[in-house]
Amino acid sequence: MTQLPETTERKLGLVIDLDTCVGCHACVISCKEWNTGGYGAPLADTDAYGSDPSGTFLNRVHTFEVKPENQPAMVTHFPKSCLHCEDAPCVTVCPTGASFKRSEDGIVLVHEDYCIGCGLCAWACPYGAREMDAVERVMKKCTLCVDRIYNENIPEDDRVPSCVRTCPAGARHFGDIGDPDSDVSKLVAERGGFDLMPEQGTKPVNKYLPPRPKQQSMGGEDEPVNLAALAEPTASGGFLGWLDGALDRLG
Amino acid sequence: MHPAYSVIFFTVSSGAGLGLLAFMGLGPFAVEDASTAFLLTAFGLGFAMAVGGLLSSTFHLGRPERAWRAMSQWRSSWLSREGVCAIATLIVAAIFAGLWLFFGLSSAFLGMVTTIFAMGTVWATGMIYLQIKAVDLWHRWLTPVCYLLFSLAGGMTLFIFIHALFTGKAGPELSSMAMVMLLIAWAVKMFWWMGANRAPTSTTESATGLGYLGKVRLLEKPHTGSNYLLRELGFQIGRKHAQKLRMIAVVLGAVVPILLILLAIPAPMDVLWLGLAVVSHLAGMLVERWLFFAEARHAVMNYY
Ligand code: SF4
Ligand code: SF4
Repeated sequence: MTQLPETTERKLGLVIDLDTCVGCHACVISCKEWNTGGYGAPLADTDAYGSDPSGTFLNRVHTFEVKPENQPAMVTHFPKSCLHCEDAPCVTVCPTGASFKRSEDGIVLVHEDYCIGCGLCAWACPYGAREMDAVERVMKKCTLCVDRIYNENIPEDDRVPSCVRTCPAGARHFGDIGDPDSDVSKLVAERGGFDLMPEQGTKPVNKYLPPRPKQQSMGGEDEPVNLAALAEPTASGGFLGWLDGALDRLG
Repeated sequence: MHPAYSVIFFTVSSGAGLGLLAFMGLGPFAVEDASTAFLLTAFGLGFAMAVGGLLSSTFHLGRPERAWRAMSQWRSSWLSREGVCAIATLIVAAIFAGLWLFFGLSSAFLGMVTTIFAMGTVWATGMIYLQIKAVDLWHRWLTPVCYLLFSLAGGMTLFIFIHALFTGKAGPELSSMAMVMLLIAWAVKMFWWMGANRAPTSTTESATGLGYLGKVRLLEKPHTGSNYLLRELGFQIGRKHAQKLRMIAVVLGAVVPILLILLAIPAPMDVLWLGLAVVSHLAGMLVERWLFFAEARHAVMNYY
């Protein structure tokens, strides 16, 4: 059913901390590992050991550089997966009813047996969160590990999305973003979490926490430390400076 | 956006075929004492182009064997509406054509329904692209308008060619109608192209949410090889090439056919000229449709 539910009871999603992410790609691998064996069709790799390897992934980590004025450039690792949008355009364009948004928890899923592989939903998603599997020829996307979070056969600690469980830096948080009292909602409020491309009108559920401002360098209020100067000999330089240093070293 | 040949061929072929069927739908008002050969050719070509295009469109599906499922979501999806409308058109047009051909009954009512459904199908095709907000170039009202006008212009050009083939003459009225339609369609298309230079809705800054800090640039791609997203959404032709191809599209699609139709009005060899006008127009449409995809930039490219 590709009409969107008016509201969902819960809004399960991820909060991703761009300050803490170290760009290790562990979540990418654990996502692939879990989802290639779990729900639905496996995530194929083609030409995996050849010259043009390519594969289906539900989560990818980009790395951006941003150059604030009067500050050194900052590097931000940027994990990206389906944001389980409230106004998911990928769902409404689907002609078959394969794509749908669950009214109980807001998770956006693909019923793979209905999918004709037309690719229209991947066009509709501005975030590039959907990839067509090259072997199964059906659309794959993040399921928020729907087969883990409600799974009573695995230990309670593990009942979170695989990426969240794996992240060694604790940069990924899972919870009900619709509930203002949940830990994730508090985190979003505290840290000023934001939406990606709000102008696309998708109302993403997943939120991103901004990198904290860079600490000013140890050299004083505004002046960055001049490291080159620290390497200079203490005396004025040139031959005399060298002599000064050499005599110092002699003791 | 990746220009898939199956989709380009589909939209050009069914666009013109449905346009022709739409004009045949008006036949009961316009065509007196139509010969069986004329009806057979006109309906035959209209059906062949419409159905051929639709079949070709299933080649770009991952799972064509499930294509029938695409009829189910007409309440939200324009692709589904297009499918439903296409099937309805073919059924009504088949009844309309059958009655006319075999029983000499040209029902004005069935003709009108054929025309409306055929145009509805083309409109739905345009709406599929309009619906994609992530592609600025397509997300405009002029997009379905262009699809509709091109379908009418193509259908009319085909119609006068077949008409001339069996009656010996296209006639100045029908010929000028075709020329006006070609002119309008391509004029609107040029207007559509003019709007292609607007500032993008989304930028790398808004896509990462880091714009408040400063200028953002990609430092490392998330993958060393290619992937589905880059292959499907990442293709974009350079501006210089696009300019040249636009010229080629206009010359083949509009200038040459209009000159040939003009030439055909007094000429004795008019069928040949009109046939060439059809071929040239369709060739121009293929270039136009290729560009429609190749010039389009998808918002996901803000992450690359
Ligand atoms: S991120 Fe993309 S795939 Fe996920 S719900 Fe939003 S539009 Fe759909
Ligand atoms: S690729 Fe599958 S899920 Fe996506 S729009 Fe087409 S049928 Fe629906």
